[in-house]
Amino acid sequence: MKTSYREALRAALREALQDDPRVFLMGEDVGRYGGSYAVSKGFLEEFGPERIRDAPLSELGFVGAGIGAALGGMRPIVEVMTVNFSLLALDQIVNTASALRHMSGGQFSVPLVIRMASGAGRQLAAQHSHSLECWYAHIPGIKVLAPATVEDARGMLAPALADPDPVIIFEHAQLYNLEGESNHVAPVDISAARVRRTGSDVSLITYGGSLPKALQAAELLAGMGIDAEVVDLRVLRPLDSQSIVASVRKTHRAVVVDEGWRSGSLAAEVMARIVEQAFFDLDAPPARVCSEEVPMPYARHLEEAALPQAAKIVAAARAVMGK
Amino acid sequence: MNASAVPYDKPFALRLLKDMLRIRRMEEEAAELYGAGKIRGFLHLYIGEEAVAVGALHALQPDDAIVATYREHGHALVRGVSMNAIMAEMFGKQEGCSRGRGGSMHLFDAATRFYGGNAIVGGGLPLAVGLALADQLSPEGISYGAQHRRRVTACFFGDGAVAEGAFHESMNLAALWRLPVLFCCENNLYAMGTSLARSESQTDLCAKAAAYKVETLKVDGMDVVAVHDATRIGIAHVRDKGGPFFIEFQTFRFRAHSMYDPELYRDKAEVEAWKQRGPLHSYSARLKAQGMLTEDEFLACDAEAQAEVDASIAYAEAGAWEPVEDLMRDVLTPVGGTTS
Repeated sequence: MKTSYREALRAALREALQDDPRVFLMGEDVGRYGGSYAVSKGFLEEFGPERIRDAPLSELGFVGAGIGAALGGMRPIVEVMTVNFSLLALDQIVNTASALRHMSGGQFSVPLVIRMASGAGRQLAAQHSHSLECWYAHIPGIKVLAPATVEDARGMLAPALADPDPVIIFEHAQLYNLEGESNHVAPVDISAARVRRTGSDVSLITYGGSLPKALQAAELLAGMGIDAEVVDLRVLRPLDSQSIVASVRKTHRAVVVDEGWRSGSLAAEVMARIVEQAFFDLDAPPARVCSEEVPMPYARHLEEAALPQAAKIVAAARAVMGK
Repeated sequence: MNASAVPYDKPFALRLLKDMLRIRRMEEEAAELYGAGKIRGFLHLYIGEEAVAVGALHALQPDDAIVATYREHGHALVRGVSMNAIMAEMFGKQEGCSRGRGGSMHLFDAATRFYGGNAIVGGGLPLAVGLALADQLSPEGISYGAQHRRRVTACFFGDGAVAEGAFHESMNLAALWRLPVLFCCENNLYAMGTSLARSESQTDLCAKAAAYKVETLKVDGMDVVAVHDATRIGIAHVRDKGGPFFIEFQTFRFRAHSMYDPELYRDKAEVEAWKQRGPLHSYSARLKAQGMLTEDEFLACDAEAQAEVDASIAYAEAGAWEPVEDLMRDVLTPVGGTTS
């Protein structure tokens, strides 16, 4: 069935709310407004204000309340409008949610799901466009997911809710209108990366909003006689090293594509693992395409120049191929 | 000193005294053990403030929830966490209430709904809001119905927390959503080395809570009777009306902020003046004046507390270090594991 990423997220949320009375959605403008990306439009009428809970602009407060409610036996889904705003809640996520199980000696798990939009591409400039998945992927005690397909948008929420630990789901803002096939029958696996296009010459390893760009680049490369494999990480913590290494062992070349800034990026971590675990399988040094290290500019041409694009991925892949 | 009569029966009146003594003796020994290198990390003593935890926690029911700070040894103890488990935790032993993963600042106990042991100032407040939200939303919470009482979440925090955004966000959320939270502000006048007067434009803490339409009480936190009675009023309000309540307990820590603190920021005279109002001797003097306590009985209570402390030290000494092979446990919940 053809549907959109947004509709897939909606369907997953509705199913979760219908299936489990402990589930509720909380965040800024999730109710009367319908969600800043219209993901929860109509839910207020369907599920009522107790379970579709509009929160004041208190990210620290309502993310922390989500943690407390999870401790108290509920299964909250907290929506934070963008990853930039989530920085106001970073204390509760890092110091409490991720640490509580450990510092209580295993007594308290925090079964909380936090959804947030991330990423650039809509000329929203330097306070609404960032890609900070890497920061969260740095933290032990939480899991980080990046659905990049309609199927994952539909299928990742249920296993995230079933997970006893905090799970952060990054929805790239450029993907909400993505159309694709969803033949949802069961929750998807949230432990493994997935090959989205098989190829034999070079592995393009990416996640989230860069997946469509990598797939586009792979098509362009095919026209140049280069057969690229595209690996969608999907799960940013814990990283599925096995799938990354398996692909590199096959193609012997790797280009990591990551919308985060280059220094200290997730791409850097993926490359480190490739070097650690598949060094002697490499025919060329691994390369990466990341965002330029500039706060996101507003002007369209500058924003485009700052971000990974298919043309840059093609150029990096060709360089790795020596072409 | 407040010379009014202690309005409790003797067993309960002595329970309050004994619990204050248990905290005092446990922490005096903890300070010694810190000096001896048995306890490390940060150790924040509650000495001087015992009346607050004792008076307040004895007004709660076993199914209520507690959220506390990093100065929480006393709260954990009065709540029912064994002194053995607390001492072992401070020693870093696996018999500790947090398996030695938390230490002095992170005492936790699921059995008594004791949710820490939170060492980010203000960090516990949103947690308490959420626990109360779960009680309000959960099927069990709803099933209490009109004739049943609501569960309450009691959240302890210091005067320093009122400067944090978390305080203001939590106050608003709890009031806006009418959540059953009892906010217990332990105002000991100093946020580490910064006095309230040097850090707040508004030093009336009740006025801050009242700005969010939260009902408040200000009470002498050195008087265990006043603390207990105020807490009962606050709890009754939360259970009957459903919304939050804020109590400012005016208290004072007799010791340094932590064991690293040289106390350059306050006069010895100020500390001495507060010590004259010490919760232990003022309360025991009242009990004696009322004929509810003899010196022999006091000494017996004290000896009993000291014996418990001695036993807890022996227990902690005899405890085991968790094998290093287990280092990575409890980062994530094991597959098939249970959640709260």
